Amino acid sequence: MIEVKHLSKSFKVVKKNAGIYAAFKSFFKPNTESIHALKNISFNIEPGEIVGYIGPNGAGKSTTIKVMSGILTPDSGACTINGLTPWTNRIEHVKNIGVVFGQRSQLWWDIPVIDSFDLLKDIYKISEGNYDYAVQLLSDILSIEDLLETPVRQLSLGQRMRCEIAASLLHNPKILFLDEPTIGLDAISKIAVRDFIKQINKSQKTTVILTTHDMHDIEALTDRIILIGKGEVLFDGLLSTIKNKYITHKTITIDHHQDNFILSHEGVELIEQSTTRMVMTVDIRNVAISDVITYLAKNLDVIDITVDDPSLEDIMVQMYKAYNI
Amino acid sequence: MKQYYSFLRLSIVKGLQYKTAAIAGILTQFCFGFLFIMIFEAFYTHQPTQPISLNQIIQMVWLQQSFLVFIMLWHRDSELYNMITTGNICYELCRPTNLYHHWYARLLGQRLSGAFLRCLPILLAALLMPEPYKLHLPVSLTAMMLFIVTMILALIIIVGLSMLIYISIFYTLSPAGSFLLMAVFGEFFAGLTIPIPLMPLWLQRICNLLPFRYASDLPFRIYNGHIGTEEALISIIIQLFWIIIIIGGGKIWMGRSLKKVIVMGG
Repeated sequence: MIEVKHLSKSFKVVKKNAGIYAAFKSFFKPNTESIHALKNISFNIEPGEIVGYIGPNGAGKSTTIKVMSGILTPDSGACTINGLTPWTNRIEHVKNIGVVFGQRSQLWWDIPVIDSFDLLKDIYKISEGNYDYAVQLLSDILSIEDLLETPVRQLSLGQRMRCEIAASLLHNPKILFLDEPTIGLDAISKIAVRDFIKQINKSQKTTVILTTHDMHDIEALTDRIILIGKGEVLFDGLLSTIKNKYITHKTITIDHHQDNFILSHEGVELIEQSTTRMVMTVDIRNVAISDVITYLAKNLDVIDITVDDPSLEDIMVQMYKAYNI
Repeated sequence: MKQYYSFLRLSIVKGLQYKTAAIAGILTQFCFGFLFIMIFEAFYTHQPTQPISLNQIIQMVWLQQSFLVFIMLWHRDSELYNMITTGNICYELCRPTNLYHHWYARLLGQRLSGAFLRCLPILLAALLMPEPYKLHLPVSLTAMMLFIVTMILALIIIVGLSMLIYISIFYTLSPAGSFLLMAVFGEFFAGLTIPIPLMPLWLQRICNLLPFRYASDLPFRIYNGHIGTEEALISIIIQLFWIIIIIGGGKIWMGRSLKKVIVMGG
């Protein structure tokens, strides 16, 4: 359904040192530098998938989304979405996609939300019946029914974002590009947005491509991630593969009644110890977690014990380090 | 077509919200109208014989003031140029619309809504003024018809010219320069600073070679009878010529700018 092959795009950026002399020099001889935002990006996405597109700031995530939604023309490479090339068949192509840019707004600032929706209805030539159904459905699950008659400038960020998402879905697109849809949202709005994405993916079989820095979004929504850094695809595969590869240690926290306990077990390292509490990491490549727990239970008067995985955020930090991005 | 009509309608709805701006505009335009008339009155007292009569000039001044929203070249849609400079144009580009048509409809709507609010009150009041400040009806029914036709064509040209300003922002990233150039040169060559009949002949020739005059001076001078039927008919053909050049050129230029558009950040 989505086929991206050897996509490349570079930008020119003007470089200039600080100070009057440098400004003067740059006035006559601007020093431009090419930034390779995308270098040979390739991947395929099947209908109905949810794919997390992740990477550090400036990695080229948004640029890829913009190329796939027909906004930017790449320098080289091919991209076919439903048989169309986004930048040459822009108008045909964008009828089938919905896009949310978390940092930008598509609603008309001064007028009520519903007027913007009505405009989108005419832009996408949505029939009366389909439109009423979509507005009803979207305002139900995103709970924006009460907001529709409010001018956009009087909405809070979370309310506006929910309206933005609804606006991108009125024409029931087959593909949805979400560029940081949860940026700046509070916990409740984030969860509402995630639930919603899951729901439409299930019920409408919408293909979703999502960029985000919030790893909880990724954990809640996707099985497959594409990691991109410095314009290149570094990893494309299942989230569980990453977890298996990078989760080498687990953390055990234990509360107990015993003073002066000396821990000695293979593959276990003590991080913190107070009179009644110990925190340790277990290298699960060398030792089974159950063995460690049995050992602790046998030797200590245990009150409470918890085992933690490293967070996905920690894993990402490790990955960014491993790939040197 | 319906989608472009919707842009037009929404622009009008939005424009009609600004009642205070309209009232302030009407008052300003009255002041300017009187100011111009007094200047020309003083001028004509000392030099009574001119290629155009004072009465005709007064007609032009009132028409200029009441149709100001139609004819001003520096009409700004800050939302539109902010869209280009901030990158919100992203959303405009992921709509199944031709961006040129879409923006054209939007700008047209703004001018129409502005004129709805301002044009009629000024026209009515000017018609009720005492002589010699009074606005008269067109000299003949033919002149009236020709005025309406040329005014509509003028509006099409003006919006086409405005589009060029907005497209230039893709390159300059700041609206200031393009607006200033258009405002100064365009208004001068449109005869909005000095009426074209009062210019020296060589300057009039330059004006005739540029499109600006056909967007404001022409319909007004048809209205006051300074331009006869025959010249008016020829001018309509010239107007159509400029419409093709300006809109055709604008579309090609926009197509090119969109190919090289870069949206950075986020």
